[in-house]
Amino acid sequence: MEADLTKEIILQKSGVNPKKCMVCGKCSATCPNYDAMEYHPHQFVQMVENGDLEPLLQSKSIYACLSCFACLERCPRQVEPAKLIDGVRAFVEGQRGPHRLDPVQVPEHLDDDMPQQAIVSAFRKYKR
Amino acid sequence: MTYSYFPGCTLKNKAIDLDVYARKSAEALGFTLEEIPEWQCCGGEYPMAKDEIASKLSSVRALANARDSGHDLVTLCSACYNVLKQVNNDVATDENVAFKVNNYLKQDEIEYHGEAKVVHYLEILRDVVGWDKVKAAVKKPFTGKKIGAYYGCLLLRPGKVLQLDDPENPQLIEDFIKAIGGTPVIYAQRNECCGAYTMFEDESIPKNRTKKILSNAEDMGADFLVTSCPLCRYNLIKNKGDSKLDVIYFTELLAEALGLKEEK
Amino acid sequence: MERIGVFVCHCGTNIAGTVDVEKVAEELGKVDGVVYSTHYTYMCSSAGQQMIEDHIKNDKLTGVVLCSCSPRMHEKTFRSCAERAGLNPFKVEVANIREQTSWVMKDMEQATEKAIALGKAAIAKTILDTPLIAGETPMTKRALVIGGGIAGITAALDIADAGFPVDIVEKDYTVGGKMAKLDKTFPTLDCASCIVTPKMTEVSQNPNIRILSASEVCRVSGYIGNFEIDIKRHPRYVDETKCTGCGACIEKCPNKKVPNSFNLGLNNRKAIDIPFAQAVPKVANIDATYCLHMKGLANGKDNVCGFCEKACAAGAIKFDQKEEIITEKYGAIIVATGYNPISLEKFDEYAYNQSPDVVSSLEFERLCNASGPTNGHLLRPSDGKEPKTIVFVQCVGSRCSADSTKGHEYCSKICCMYTAKHAILTRDHYPDTNCYVFYIDVRTPGKLFDEFYRRAVEQYGVHYIKGQVGKVTPQSDGTLDVQGSDLILNKQVHIKADMVVLAASIEADKSARPLATMLTTSMDNNDFFLEAHAKLRPVESPTAGIFLAGCCQGPKDIPETVAQSSGAAAKAICLLVKDKLKNDPCTANPDENACNGCGQCANVCPYGAISYIDKDFRGPNRTTITRHVSQVNSAMCHGCGACTVACPSGAMDLKGFSNKQILAEVDSVL
Repeated sequence: MEADLTKEIILQKSGVNPKKCMVCGKCSATCPNYDAMEYHPHQFVQMVENGDLEPLLQSKSIYACLSCFACLERCPRQVEPAKLIDGVRAFVEGQRGPHRLDPVQVPEHLDDDMPQQAIVSAFRKYKR
Repeated sequence: MTYSYFPGCTLKNKAIDLDVYARKSAEALGFTLEEIPEWQCCGGEYPMAKDEIASKLSSVRALANARDSGHDLVTLCSACYNVLKQVNNDVATDENVAFKVNNYLKQDEIEYHGEAKVVHYLEILRDVVGWDKVKAAVKKPFTGKKIGAYYGCLLLRPGKVLQLDDPENPQLIEDFIKAIGGTPVIYAQRNECCGAYTMFEDESIPKNRTKKILSNAEDMGADFLVTSCPLCRYNLIKNKGDSKLDVIYFTELLAEALGLKEEK
Repeated sequence: MERIGVFVCHCGTNIAGTVDVEKVAEELGKVDGVVYSTHYTYMCSSAGQQMIEDHIKNDKLTGVVLCSCSPRMHEKTFRSCAERAGLNPFKVEVANIREQTSWVMKDMEQATEKAIALGKAAIAKTILDTPLIAGETPMTKRALVIGGGIAGITAALDIADAGFPVDIVEKDYTVGGKMAKLDKTFPTLDCASCIVTPKMTEVSQNPNIRILSASEVCRVSGYIGNFEIDIKRHPRYVDETKCTGCGACIEKCPNKKVPNSFNLGLNNRKAIDIPFAQAVPKVANIDATYCLHMKGLANGKDNVCGFCEKACAAGAIKFDQKEEIITEKYGAIIVATGYNPISLEKFDEYAYNQSPDVVSSLEFERLCNASGPTNGHLLRPSDGKEPKTIVFVQCVGSRCSADSTKGHEYCSKICCMYTAKHAILTRDHYPDTNCYVFYIDVRTPGKLFDEFYRRAVEQYGVHYIKGQVGKVTPQSDGTLDVQGSDLILNKQVHIKADMVVLAASIEADKSARPLATMLTTSMDNNDFFLEAHAKLRPVESPTAGIFLAGCCQGPKDIPETVAQSSGAAAKAICLLVKDKLKNDPCTANPDENACNGCGQCANVCPYGAISYIDKDFRGPNRTTITRHVSQVNSAMCHGCGACTVACPSGAMDLKGFSNKQILAEVDSVL
């Protein structure tokens, strides 16, 4: 019951219809960061459709997504896996509790040349 | 011709010289960049979720301002371009987003439905100035230099919304390179992501991406790379490793070609 | 006094499940003019039809009303039924209580009410029906086949065999189509040329067949049995009647840098060339955009080159050959315009534009073909070396979503099989070369097809990987880094390949849509010609007299193409064998006395069936008045009724659907 509700929320958040997917695997084939992810774009789509959400919510794969839109561009069925992965991430970050990135963690990554753009983008993804 | 200019956070701060180069080059080529007053940071990454409205407001305020001033909105940064153009498209095509955004903006007395047009600086060079005119204005051409274009991901995708160029076989920056006298080098990784913000999650990610991109460009014969995104530039330089390739921002290259870069 | 019989069909539960057929029969039986009313499970069955015939005879019916499925299904059936029983077939009307009632409604009371209303309207119409006699038109006993690939060739041979003359119009310089470009065919691995070139020769030698190559249909008028077609013959700058195909001109031509479109741009040809050694007709052609002499002529000089003309012993070179339009009459047309692989320029994630070693499947086929650019040796286009690792990517541009800007929604049907074929041929000739196939599904529905694919895997060691390729990165050493997904092993794989072959989707030829417009026949939104019925009438178009063969109707392989072509030929022969054609008598009919000669009807007629004549009429006091009145060619008229609506004086009416009848129908329903 709760899994159903979570799935519903994630589908609404992302605007994705996982039924359009024909499980061809082109999204995972094109993902530049495949090796750093535990669950890959094609798996996200199938697992959300099957309601198998727990592992996705726990996985750090949602933070490894580069938001590069390659899977979105190349998917032949316009499934937009990127939006689904971001939907899961947004859902997780939206929960109460600590965020993936806390401001106090930033200084250890900083150097003189780092553009604000990096920090701002990171906060967009790793924090609510 | 005047444009409403959205510089973005980095170009006004860590990379301010890139902003200066852009303005000087624009004047030399016959158009003016008029900075949008009190613009706010675009956020760096387009908020994809359907229920994310507040994070789109800063973009909408900038777009409304451009519309009211009667100019197209121009940006130099790939990320700002991506966010602004996608948000603009949302407000124009998604009734739900338009309604909620405009509700928020009532307090600012702004109403916006996607009327403004978002262009990238390179688009102006291509479509308004024209490469021939750019070439004619070049004083110090990069003759003999083999330059690789690095598009990154945000300048071209999603192709359906941005419609800047063919996302898989773009010519925009290669044409720019030719106009400033260089020889473009085509390499497949030119439109693959540099790693973006993931150095905060796992530093090896941008390191691996950089290695793939630079080794491919170097292998195909590039002397250096030119890019439009300050974050790509940072990642590719920071994680250079053994590679000999420099990565230079396009406005710096343009200013140098036009003879506007002061000798240091 | 009319005696109408009403027959209400149950159509099993299709109608009876939603409509109270008993009640309908009962209510309609009470209408004035109806003498018999009944209901039955399947009116179209033998028993049902017999029932109609018996009652026509026994009850002396003067008209019959069917309350059943759409007239498109069985109007013809019931009209024939009436004819057999001695009743004029145009005293039969059908009320559609299935597609327009039971299939679109759920409430039984409402559906029954509608069925009764429709039945009453049909009765009102039948009462006013006049017995119509069908006219006849003559049949031109000649067929036109548009397209000279294996589909067109098969159809032409069958029609010629039946004794009728056939013209093949082919826009290329030779017949043979795509099949002549193939190396081997699946699943038998027959040499494509070996099986198609004898057919090409047959077609050139058959006295009943005329080949019009370098030609295209440019104008169509007329109707079934009497088509009039303009065919544009493009100049090839060589006289077909004199050229012997000796090739002396080709040897002497100095311009070697002309892109060879027959080999899909993989190599060059001379400015004068014969497409391939077995071309039919074996006649040279000059590419005017590259010919030095012709370019000279365009600049006012007539002394540039011209070596071919000097070398030609037959005097066949004709630099001044002009485009010619010929007009012919035909009774039946077969469309066989074939397919093309899609353009791959939008798929540069596969580096198609970046490396010459990334090729489409048809280009790969040319590389394997003995008369291709590498004489049948599988060599890399970049450096002429043998590839040691080949990656095949399936479904490029097929099975995409409806809103895709890059590809088509449908499955192209032939690619799974031809890729297995390519892999088997490669492994057979070059056992050291590794082959990888990235697939979504492997579709092998035909005879011995799945067995063929299993041979590829088990006997020839082709590696099939379930997944797709995301990116191909060419390296400076000439290899290609292929990044793909293996969904079963859950890995992203990198393969260092020497060649990548993309199974490009196939689509209709560009000439298909303009041709469909000329023929006024239907297409689907993928530009494939529509068949008259998806299941039961696959070789006919909805336009009478026009038949379909081959990939122009949808992707298919060679055996299916040949089967469909013979089917289309049989349909055409059925037509050609008749001396006369019976027309549909429900055509427009002007009342000459009411016609005021305004010309509106002729303006709106989509079939060009209306013309005007000056006719003499008897006037008052023994004078003669000449009036301009309309005339309808009932053979060309399709009975659409546009003219009856346009006519301001009400002079134009439609037989079988008269204004009076339509008003009677409306009155009965209200």
